[in-house]
Amino acid sequence: MSEVLTTDRDVFPPFLYEAYRSTIKRAPSQAPIQLLPTLSELTGPGPQLSAVEAEDADLTINAGTGGQAIGQRIIVTGRVLDHEGLALPNTLVEVWQANASGRYLHRSDQWPGQLDPNFLGIGRCLTDGDGRYRFLTVRPGAYPWRNHLNAWRPAHIHFSLFGASGASRLITQMYFPDDLLLALDPIFQSAPGRDRMVSAYDGAVTEPEWALGYSWDIVLRGPRATPFEPPR
Amino acid sequence: MTTPSQTIGPFFERLLREEQRVLAGPGAAGERIRIEGRLLDGDGVPVPDGMVEIWQADAHGRYHHPLDRRDSPIDPAFSGFGRAGTDDDGRFWFETVRPGAVPYRDGVYQAPHVMMTVFARGLLDHLVTRLYFADDPRTEADPVLARVPPARRPTLLARREGDAYRFDVVLQGPIERETVFFSFTT
Repeated sequence: MSEVLTTDRDVFPPFLYEAYRSTIKRAPSQAPIQLLPTLSELTGPGPQLSAVEAEDADLTINAGTGGQAIGQRIIVTGRVLDHEGLALPNTLVEVWQANASGRYLHRSDQWPGQLDPNFLGIGRCLTDGDGRYRFLTVRPGAYPWRNHLNAWRPAHIHFSLFGASGASRLITQMYFPDDLLLALDPIFQSAPGRDRMVSAYDGAVTEPEWALGYSWDIVLRGPRATPFEPPR
Repeated sequence: MTTPSQTIGPFFERLLREEQRVLAGPGAAGERIRIEGRLLDGDGVPVPDGMVEIWQADAHGRYHHPLDRRDSPIDPAFSGFGRAGTDDDGRFWFETVRPGAVPYRDGVYQAPHVMMTVFARGLLDHLVTRLYFADDPRTEADPVLARVPPARRPTLLARREGDAYRFDVVLQGPIERETVFFSFTT
């Protein structure tokens, strides 16, 4: 059986995608060398990082100022699954994002979008027994970047997951449905499986008089769930 | 169906989980080593907005992970995981211990190595490479290195410089300079 675990090019973006100019000098020219995973790839820091206490998943108040972040309050939730559809419980999910004005709390982000003293843009949680994560946050704004004239990133939330092994490591971005900027964004367009990065409005997640709900499931790459027995 | 990757972007410092450059706590077993390197693009220009993660076995060759079910004890003072952003000169460093040899298959062992994962603006997926020790006699017989064309193997060798092991990651370049990256199948 030959199944590609870490580089599913029917779904994943290529390293070189010229419309995203930063790839031109940073994409390797050589294809990666394919290997059968060894114990070094089948292990990873995920389980020990997931063993920490659940951390602050409410980005609207976790700046700790006593004030609430400004913006459209949203709930973002979904399940983390392995590539065979099995739920991954007790898995660390980290997010970071721009505020409602489209500004990151970062020394290099200097465009004149407004900062919000009550918003850090950092969240973490562990998935529950069904592999479900949940964040309360504000909808991030679009922001300009210099890839081309009037390049604006569509609203997005960055996600980072380790999963069980090195092979399941994922950093990606979640987008919002009906965002007109998606069609114009080379980073989003680079991925053949881009539709899988778009969340869905979810009336069952939306809470009356409180917050809009968005659902988005995340499917991590291998290795296969089959137990691996290293030599003793 | 798997979720595609996207770039880490330029804005992640202090937004993603904090850095962890020192892997070995007081009392960790083994030889203390320092790893230093630079992340360079296709023009040899430093990448100042990258992030490097490492994962390695402890000094006894044991991974701190439930799939490593061998009987040898786990070193509680050693996590095996490190994360560092690159600075304005593309530099990163870690303080760790020299890892032990770990199993390959069929009773064969891999030479001591450190798994390294690279993220950056402009990388639409992360890159995975391996750091081996040029001065370790076991490196030459490593079964994974044997899969790499000989002319490219030196890109995976960390060399002793002063009190550190030097390991630069070249994202793009002539074939003998561009770092070898790996992907995995089953």
